[in-house]
Amino acid sequence: MPYNLKEVVANKPSRFTEGHRMCAGCGAPPVTRMILRALKEEDHAVIANATGCLEVSSFIYPYTAWTDSYIHTAFECAAATLSGAEAAYQAMKRQGKLPKDKTTKFIAFGGDGGTYDIGLQSLSGAMERGHDMTYVCYDNGAYMNTGIQRSSATPRFADTTTSPAGKVIPGKMQPRKDLAKIMVGHHLPYVAQTIAINNFKDLYEKSEKAIYTDGPTFLNVLSPCPRGWGYPTEDLMPINKLAVETCYWPLYEVVDGVYHVTYKPAKKLPVEEFLRPQKRFRHMFKPGNEWMIEEFQKEVDSRWQELLDLEEMTNKAE
Amino acid sequence: MSIRERLSGNEAAATAMKQINPDVVAAFPITPSTEIPQYFSTFVANGSVDTEFVAVESEHSAMSACIGAESAGSRAMTATSANGLSLMWEMIYIASSLRLPIVLSLVNRAVSGPLNIHCDHSDAMGVRDSGWIMLFSENNQEAYDNTLMAHRIAEDENVRLPLMICQDGFITSHSIENIELESDDEVKKFVGEYHPEHYLLDDQNPIAVGPLDLQAFLFEHKAQQGEAMKAAKQVILEVSKDFEAWTGRHYGLFEEYRLADAEMAIVCMNSTAGTTKAVVDRLRENGIKAGLLKIRVYRPFPAEEVANALSHLKAIAVLDRADSLNAIGGALFEDVTSSLYVENKHVPMVNYVYGIGGRDTTEKDIESVYTDLTEIVKTGKVENPYRYLGLRREEK
Repeated sequence: MPYNLKEVVANKPSRFTEGHRMCAGCGAPPVTRMILRALKEEDHAVIANATGCLEVSSFIYPYTAWTDSYIHTAFECAAATLSGAEAAYQAMKRQGKLPKDKTTKFIAFGGDGGTYDIGLQSLSGAMERGHDMTYVCYDNGAYMNTGIQRSSATPRFADTTTSPAGKVIPGKMQPRKDLAKIMVGHHLPYVAQTIAINNFKDLYEKSEKAIYTDGPTFLNVLSPCPRGWGYPTEDLMPINKLAVETCYWPLYEVVDGVYHVTYKPAKKLPVEEFLRPQKRFRHMFKPGNEWMIEEFQKEVDSRWQELLDLEEMTNKAE
Repeated sequence: MSIRERLSGNEAAATAMKQINPDVVAAFPITPSTEIPQYFSTFVANGSVDTEFVAVESEHSAMSACIGAESAGSRAMTATSANGLSLMWEMIYIASSLRLPIVLSLVNRAVSGPLNIHCDHSDAMGVRDSGWIMLFSENNQEAYDNTLMAHRIAEDENVRLPLMICQDGFITSHSIENIELESDDEVKKFVGEYHPEHYLLDDQNPIAVGPLDLQAFLFEHKAQQGEAMKAAKQVILEVSKDFEAWTGRHYGLFEEYRLADAEMAIVCMNSTAGTTKAVVDRLRENGIKAGLLKIRVYRPFPAEEVANALSHLKAIAVLDRADSLNAIGGALFEDVTSSLYVENKHVPMVNYVYGIGGRDTTEKDIESVYTDLTEIVKTGKVENPYRYLGLRREEK
């Protein structure tokens, strides 16, 4: 359906208001706001939020930045909590306890800590059970809320407070987990990886698809953190762009198991373009550490190729 | 008119849940409470309830889903035991802090480790200060009746706290006994409909639940929880009175069994009270003035009432089916002793930790406690106030 994104942004009221306490230059608030903009204005939403930066900065008693109904319980169980609310909706709707003509959508937000790690079981359970909900991971690649500790989403070699780049061990030694593929393994009707880039078009469209596809859907959104990544706050958008142009963060969607890479850079930039502006990778640029950049590039290349292969394979099968 | 049946404790709990017909049940199997979600999912599969059954992947998610469901504006119930409750622990506190009247059927079992599937109260004792109302049940009838009363108590506007109904694993949960059931219509009438004031699914009045609550407010919010727990005592008595008017079955904060003219008494909870009653009757035949106080309402703890009911005695034994491993004594013992102390009543008291991991507690064991109490009555002395009952070792 044709639409004008500028009009959407101008005319649809923001459902995540100003006044929250997220850091300047943080990727999460614009992502959250744009995802909620994808809701139809007439629809109500119940939002669940895992403990993390977004939660502790947006709902400090007695103030809230959320205009929809919102629930936070704990770190690892946003998906399970929301699955209970969704079950209540199904039961109450069936019994005529809720207005027939009104739709409520269910959206969970969790950081990578609350999603890739401590909340993975809860997420997996909720997705497998088939609740009609969208789970959004805003992935900033570490436990930022507690002060930049490594998570399984932290990229290889990144310097964090629990994977410090030391004299013997040069940062995090393990490659990062591929969460979107784990979600694809749940055979969900819609899984996508996205980012706030190019006027948020990719993010908006994928959000709308995720929210309005029946059943459990999943969005993985790279969401940079100026404190944890070490970039100037005004550089959020350039960092996002570099993540995509280097194919560090490929944009794709998987609809009923069929992969579609939604953006293929005409000229794939070397990954060091993405790494260089970030302090967490600074040690990789010291003389003698060239191997780290090479290794990193290899990983990006092989994952990108794997994605292209999956796209070809699943489309052929169709 | 009550219906006479024969049911196990688990069947009794599941039957009550069916008659209550909650909107959501989220549960995960764990022995010995597994049968409750099993029976319940059969009710769902056969269309005999309107419930959405959420077969979660853990007990942590069971309680999380119940919190989500109850916040959304529905009635949510679950069942668990032992390690299941341990895994829920984080969410147990969150449920009560959000003032959600979730109802949980706890089939008491020893918490690991080592692994043991049989009855003791270490699971319940682990959450005794979590802000949940805790009702204990001597048998299947009490498990059923307590469940029927649960929502009226938990949802009361002066309470709004979650509630758990405890029954002894295997001893009660798997033993089939006679029971009086009430009709579905009558239960529906007694329990009533749930109309929360604020809920997530009210699209006209969206709410936010579960804030970051810092130094400026958390203290006040916790104190409100404390006030609600105090208020629950009166509400429990009122609901129990209505229940008695309906069914003829009487419930108070605790049961006094041949206590009024007793010289010595045992204080205990759940199925051991049944064994104790048999021993009391026999001792009475021999002219020994033995009595029993069986706690029904463990949280809120009826301190003043317990102290007054026990103050005339010459010796008291408190039986704890969980060891607090604190070198002082079991949790119930501490509650009873401090109740008496605060009321300025002094009675010699002794604590027995018993029945750990499903160790049988026989009439002979209970009788030995009364024998010890007889000695204490005679001498007025308590040599060792923190003892084991039924432990297989030489007394030092």
